[in-house]
Amino acid sequence: MHVTMSVNGEDVAKDIEPRTLLVHFIRDDLGLTGTHWGCDTSNCGTCVVSLDGTPVKSCTVLAAMADGHAVRTVEGLETAGTLDPIQQGFIEEHGLQCGFCTPGMLITGRELLDRNPHPTELEIREAISGQICRCTGYATIVRAIQWAADHPAGAAAVEQETVQS
Amino acid sequence: MTLVEEPLVGAEHGRLHDHNPAAADADRPIGFGRLQRKEDPRFIRGQGRYTDDVVLPGMLHGAILRAPVAHARIVSIDTSEALSRPGVRAVLTGKDLEPLKLAWIPTLSYDVQAVLATDKVRFQGQEVAFVIADDRYAARDALESIVVDYDVLPPVVDLRHALDADAPVIRDDIEGRADNHIADWECGDEAATRAVFAAADVVVAQEIVYPRVHPAPMETCGAVADFNAVSGELTLYETSQAPHAHRTIIAMVSGIPEHKIHLISPDIGGGFGNKVGIYPGYVLAIVGSIVTGHPVKWMEDRSENLMSTSFARDYIMQGEIAATKDGRLLGIRANVLADHGAFNGTAQPTKYPAGFFNLFPGSYTWDAVYGKVTSVYTNKAPGGVAYACSFRVTEASYFVERMIDRLALELKMDPAELRLKNFIRPEQFPYDNKAGFEYDSGQYEKTMRHAMGLIGYDQLRQEQVEKRARGELMGIGISFFTEGVGAGPRKHMDILGLGMADGAELRIHPTGKAVVRISVQSQGQAHETTFAQIVAEEIGIPPEDIEVVHGDTDRTPFGLGTYGSRSTPVSGAAVALVTRKVRDKARLIAAAMLETRPEDLEWAKGRWFVKGDPTASRTIQEIAMAAHGTMELPDGVDGNLDAEVTYDPPNLTYPYGAYFCVTDIDRGTGKVTVRRFLAVDDCGTRINPMVIEGQVHGGLTDGVGMALMEIIEFDPEGNNLGGSFMDYLIPTAMEVPDWETGFTVTPSPHHPIGAKGIGESATVGSPAAIVNSVIDALSPLGVTGIDMPCTPGRVWDAMQGHATPPI
Ligand code: FES
Ligand code: FES
Repeated sequence: MHVTMSVNGEDVAKDIEPRTLLVHFIRDDLGLTGTHWGCDTSNCGTCVVSLDGTPVKSCTVLAAMADGHAVRTVEGLETAGTLDPIQQGFIEEHGLQCGFCTPGMLITGRELLDRNPHPTELEIREAISGQICRCTGYATIVRAIQWAADHPAGAAAVEQETVQS
Repeated sequence: MTLVEEPLVGAEHGRLHDHNPAAADADRPIGFGRLQRKEDPRFIRGQGRYTDDVVLPGMLHGAILRAPVAHARIVSIDTSEALSRPGVRAVLTGKDLEPLKLAWIPTLSYDVQAVLATDKVRFQGQEVAFVIADDRYAARDALESIVVDYDVLPPVVDLRHALDADAPVIRDDIEGRADNHIADWECGDEAATRAVFAAADVVVAQEIVYPRVHPAPMETCGAVADFNAVSGELTLYETSQAPHAHRTIIAMVSGIPEHKIHLISPDIGGGFGNKVGIYPGYVLAIVGSIVTGHPVKWMEDRSENLMSTSFARDYIMQGEIAATKDGRLLGIRANVLADHGAFNGTAQPTKYPAGFFNLFPGSYTWDAVYGKVTSVYTNKAPGGVAYACSFRVTEASYFVERMIDRLALELKMDPAELRLKNFIRPEQFPYDNKAGFEYDSGQYEKTMRHAMGLIGYDQLRQEQVEKRARGELMGIGISFFTEGVGAGPRKHMDILGLGMADGAELRIHPTGKAVVRISVQSQGQAHETTFAQIVAEEIGIPPEDIEVVHGDTDRTPFGLGTYGSRSTPVSGAAVALVTRKVRDKARLIAAAMLETRPEDLEWAKGRWFVKGDPTASRTIQEIAMAAHGTMELPDGVDGNLDAEVTYDPPNLTYPYGAYFCVTDIDRGTGKVTVRRFLAVDDCGTRINPMVIEGQVHGGLTDGVGMALMEIIEFDPEGNNLGGSFMDYLIPTAMEVPDWETGFTVTPSPHHPIGAKGIGESATVGSPAAIVNSVIDALSPLGVTGIDMPCTPGRVWDAMQGHATPPI
């Protein structure tokens, strides 16, 4: 079947098997390997992407269901050479180790802040509770998202602080 | 000894920095300290390259058909329908592998394991056939068309009955084998321990079960094999924690000469010991590529990962402890029954079939100790040494820390006081632990008291008294662990005959930038950052000017890889020493440049200067250019500023820590909440505190997982009940607290920079703190023991007076 959708702001059109999962479409057909796959049961969240602004587990969505919709993956977070504050936050607060869960965590974190710019620790923990990180123990991911909440200007804020100090 | 640029005692709870001042400050100290990771820029952009991201031209996809039952004879396999399906290129069975001598391969414990079953299947999930097809969907579809006729046999599931006279014999493939016994191993002094027990005031016995768990990294295992029939070269991308060891073993197994194998271990999505073994799927990808003439990718799914790859633990430990009435420890005895699954594939140094269980005496002085481990076959997946276990120090440490608390309960003594009374004292190091290991250094009492201060131990006990008076269940649990990490020395420690040492090569380019090549492989531990920091500390080149190369056998020196927390103790030492070698060479060149004698020069970080005249100096960058320039070089210096070393560690390093856990238990449901957790670690010299803290946090989360949630269980037929993330529960952000950490610094006396390993400390140390906390909470109800995982149901049973072991 034929699908068209917007991925990271670009229109894509492909012929696919109707049963193709969105995660495989993104990884195999589009070659965007930042989105990962980690389980068979919709539990791990390494596959999380944004579908029309809502984080979804792309292993649980058919590519056909995304037809006509807008998908955003980790590759779409950086704009015009500037990191999204959520990306900067993960660097600042050591929110990642092996990096495998990171793209999904970044997408969820971004969506949380869009909806709720100043989340509490519990709200952050709840937002990422459908995703597993085997490396970090979550505290630094929580701090990373808090950092992004506190620095909506992202890396520019870091430079600013450095100049002032 | 290089001094760390931070206090020797500290606490790190909460946010230390709004941003990383080190990265922004041009005057920052070069070397050790908090530094952002060099790996992060690619990962936060989704530009990491993991094995499943590798796509080669013409690449095909493999999928494995697995046994649906735990024990059965294979009567027949019919692959004809599968072969006729669209997109299917080949289907392999064990019969196809036999002529290649690849139906069986050696395990890391000198046993053999089936690549594809030929005679019997011996665990549910065992590999039976391999389909190669144009894409992953076609390969999976074809699995359904393979018809296997099984003659089902009774399985051995309960390891307590594996040695019964009438137990079915699992390994009838081994000639002359008539039972399921693998090995007996012992350490310590049996007779002396018996004598100590006979004379003791107090003896307490306790069974302690460490059930089967699984490392379950977020990235599953897989490989992409690309065999070039013309050149005879194999390029193999593999999820491997030990690329060089894997290459050597694959050369020995496959007959492909080692120099024709290029093994690349790209970014790895977590390992935790799961990616140490050589799995049948790797071999099948290689054979698949040879057979089809195309590159073949094999990536397992999550169920395959949980059901067939290296599990961890599975120890039933009978413990006995002897002491005086006033709490002086006299003796400890461990008698262990170990489940190794259907093939003995545990990964540990050859002479240590029970890993480093020798550490079961823990951090205390004893008059005598004795440990015995009996390992058996069962109809379960092979493995047993994985999941950040430091070669079974997890089991050893959990055992002794549970036993100490059991004794404290018996003596009605505070468990902190009992520990303080019996610690090995600083002046007793190096300390022979009476079970074969010599601890290098420690200041146990200091670390313990620091932790008690940070957590507010006395106030917590006061709060507990008040809560108990109100009928609330609050527990305070302690674990004080000592690990031994950083195997070799090579003369004592090898894996399949490969001595446990690691190489490092350092090259300073003419412009003063450097590349350091290491044999170990990161799975998230930040080697690209911390190894650059070691070079930076030793030679004064900023870390951003130092490239760390790893995970590629063609570009790195030989070494045994990353597991058992050995990267910093072994490879980190190699990197420090190779840098010193370069520094010494630089001294000769600097002397020539300054027209003086080498012995008249002194080193300041980054430059050699004339003693008494700091203005007469040459920076390492200037020396690098000179080394490659036209200047006449001193005798014995052949140009360049490169060096290489292989480091053979003289001993393990012995990190340790004091962990405290506060739990609250819901009386109505048995649900355990970890309210607070404090980890005070001593890993010697601290290279990058941010990375250390991250390693500790991750391990603590493992501990919560094992203590409260994680277990791979089997039903009586041998069906795996933990084969998905719906059944095998891993902590999410909701189950863990905001970690509290602290540290003391006791350098290792024999490590070049005084560092010890840290990667597995928290996984080793934390489960006992949590379970001891649960028992402490339940002790007013008369509970003296409970085994992991402390699920609400199991805690509830314990509250009713019938705590049953999980296996
Ligand atoms: S791959 Fe695990 S939730 Fe999607
Ligand atoms: S960083 Fe490894 S799984 Fe999260």
